[in-house]
Amino acid sequence: MGTHLPSTEFDGTAVDDQREADAEAVMGEPPAPMVQLLGPDGKLGFDTVFTDYASKLTPEVLRGLYADMAAIRRFDVEATALQRQGQLALWVPLTGQEAAQIGSGRASQPQDYIFPTYREHGVALTRNVDLAELLRQFRGVSNGGWNPKDTNFHLYTLVLAAQTLHAVGYAMGIQRDQKLAASNATGSGTSSPEPDAAVIAYFGDGASSEGDVHESMVFASSYNAPVVFFCQNNHWAISVPTAVQTRVPLSNRAKGYGFPGIRVDGNDVIAVHAVTEWALEHARQGKGPVLIEAFTYRVGAHTTADDPTKYRQAAEEEAWRAKDPLVRLEKYLRSEGMADEAFFAKVKADGDELAAYVRRTTHDLETPDIRTAFANTYAEAHPLVAEELAWFEEYSAGFAGEEPAEEPARQAVTAQASPKAGH
Amino acid sequence: MTTMTIAKAINEGLRAALTDNPKSLLMGEDIGALGGVYRVTDGLIGEFGPDRVVDTPLAESGIIGTAIGLALRGYTPVCEIQFDGFVFPGFNQITTQLAKIHSRSNGNLSVPVVVRIPYGGGIGSIEHHSESPEALFAHTAGLRIITPSNPHDAYWMIQQAVQCQDPVIVFEPKRRYWLKGEVDVAAPGTAGDPFKAHVLRAGTEATIVAYGPLVPVALAAANAAAEDGHSLEVIDLRSISPIDFDTVTASVQKTGRLIVAHEAPTFGGIGGEIAARISERAFHSLEAPVIRVGGFHMPYPVAKVEEDYLPDIDRILEALDRALSY
Repeated sequence: MGTHLPSTEFDGTAVDDQREADAEAVMGEPPAPMVQLLGPDGKLGFDTVFTDYASKLTPEVLRGLYADMAAIRRFDVEATALQRQGQLALWVPLTGQEAAQIGSGRASQPQDYIFPTYREHGVALTRNVDLAELLRQFRGVSNGGWNPKDTNFHLYTLVLAAQTLHAVGYAMGIQRDQKLAASNATGSGTSSPEPDAAVIAYFGDGASSEGDVHESMVFASSYNAPVVFFCQNNHWAISVPTAVQTRVPLSNRAKGYGFPGIRVDGNDVIAVHAVTEWALEHARQGKGPVLIEAFTYRVGAHTTADDPTKYRQAAEEEAWRAKDPLVRLEKYLRSEGMADEAFFAKVKADGDELAAYVRRTTHDLETPDIRTAFANTYAEAHPLVAEELAWFEEYSAGFAGEEPAEEPARQAVTAQASPKAGH
Repeated sequence: MTTMTIAKAINEGLRAALTDNPKSLLMGEDIGALGGVYRVTDGLIGEFGPDRVVDTPLAESGIIGTAIGLALRGYTPVCEIQFDGFVFPGFNQITTQLAKIHSRSNGNLSVPVVVRIPYGGGIGSIEHHSESPEALFAHTAGLRIITPSNPHDAYWMIQQAVQCQDPVIVFEPKRRYWLKGEVDVAAPGTAGDPFKAHVLRAGTEATIVAYGPLVPVALAAANAAAEDGHSLEVIDLRSISPIDFDTVTASVQKTGRLIVAHEAPTFGGIGGEIAARISERAFHSLEAPVIRVGGFHMPYPVAKVEEDYLPDIDRILEALDRALSY
């Protein structure tokens, strides 16, 4: 993989330096180096493999990456505000992880298929998911919110790591499609109209401890499935630090499954884009899975129900703010003369417009009729569902013209039991 | 008509499904060269190749989870879980993912995955190889659960499961795998609807509802009762979710008494659900409380004492005595 800048930390603290040294002792070799192209100082470095990929990024693309990151950060602020105003039951902020999400999402092709966790709002943006639809789940009007067939961006999955297996199965389906297309092409003399596709499975450092991640990597390796495992190591699984999930850099785990593992600076959008593009090519070319560990940081809370002051130091947050993904790209764009004041002003105006759109649309998200839940429990007709729906219709008809009964205690109970989903 | 065992009938049904639907495939542990521990997939890898008869890593969550992904890509996976007691590593994927994806996608996505599970006891096996966990799945909305009791049903029900757009769990009565019967491979006949119960024997004094491995026991009990001068109606439930309450209700309205028999523990089981529904639907027809015959509230016992655990003819006849004494 060439020479990479050395990784010197798990999360920058002395305790974790010791842990890393322990890991080296266990493994008998240095932990995987971290790929970094654009440092916090805004200066572009060199990598023997990934500079070639980064050099394909035109100034226009780089400006686009910045605009995407700024847009999703503005969206994150707005969604947090909507939760505080009671318009959303819960919000899962992504601030700090913009580069990991925008860089990887923009490296994907339309034919690729994405399986997110529940924090990939930035990836959703790159897949053209309507961000207002993204809020349906958090407003409590849908358990999904968008049609994954429109964007190849699967629904959020809240049961940690379950989607990593779905991603591998989907990739196994792509392999079979290619074989079917090849055999059909042999018969008809035409070539396959489908471009080669790959899958990205997102998960986090917390989910990396789930058995499904292990099983998904075993299956992916056994069948050489075209899947990229994209782990955002944001250092905290709610209140538990990464050091509790792993004694070695997560990217090193790939070695045990027999495929490449790369740690990339997750706050460096250029490196993330380059590494993901390389990994997707690798997968599409039939060379099998890749694990990417994007080394980043959850600057905010786990969710709006979380309080990070109870478990981590402000100094740590400040240290990571100094590595901000937007700041470093802005420095680079300015120093290279690729973007001027007008550009940044427009990015800000666009962000405010997006926020206004999201605010407006969230208020208008319609509360569904519970009849849709009856209708969607099964794909085919089901006598029990039909019977219960008929009962519900009859019961409801009995209240025609009446106000619903008062339930004074309900509001208080709902507020107290606000959901604290996920890890 | 062809005579075959239940195991062979499922094998032929899978062969037909793989032939009819080029997007269908089988997944499971040891289902390839070995043909499965019960040889239900015997010979299929030779005919359809390793991409369609997939020997998987030994990981049940992985089997179900990747099957979901394949279904999202347009495939119809049929998963084999090796034994009932080993489904639980895959329980999370089945209940939180497979059962819910159609609903949470607001109907945009369907995951027509079939999960085959050999279940039940009476084979003298070791721990975790004799369980009846069907109620745990029946309680989960989004799943359909069927269980054949004879070769003809087995042949058609596995194919109907593959054709269904919902996830279907097929519980296969492993101690009846070698039960022989006539199979009409040309037409399903009365087996056209896998979710409909069948009245196997008409009677007037009491109804026995059974499914899967206990259907032959229920029929034998009805024979024994007839020798004592009692007329029993026997219903093979066939589908555990949904349950064909119309057929059961009509029978109880005629006989006035209901006994439900299953190997699974009675507490929180399918029998309790049937008892509750029938008490609502046929309260005025009932001459006696609905009586459940089933396993005890204990982990499935060791093989040497399983005869004391499993419902048999005498247990059903004892329940009949109680029902008739009201």
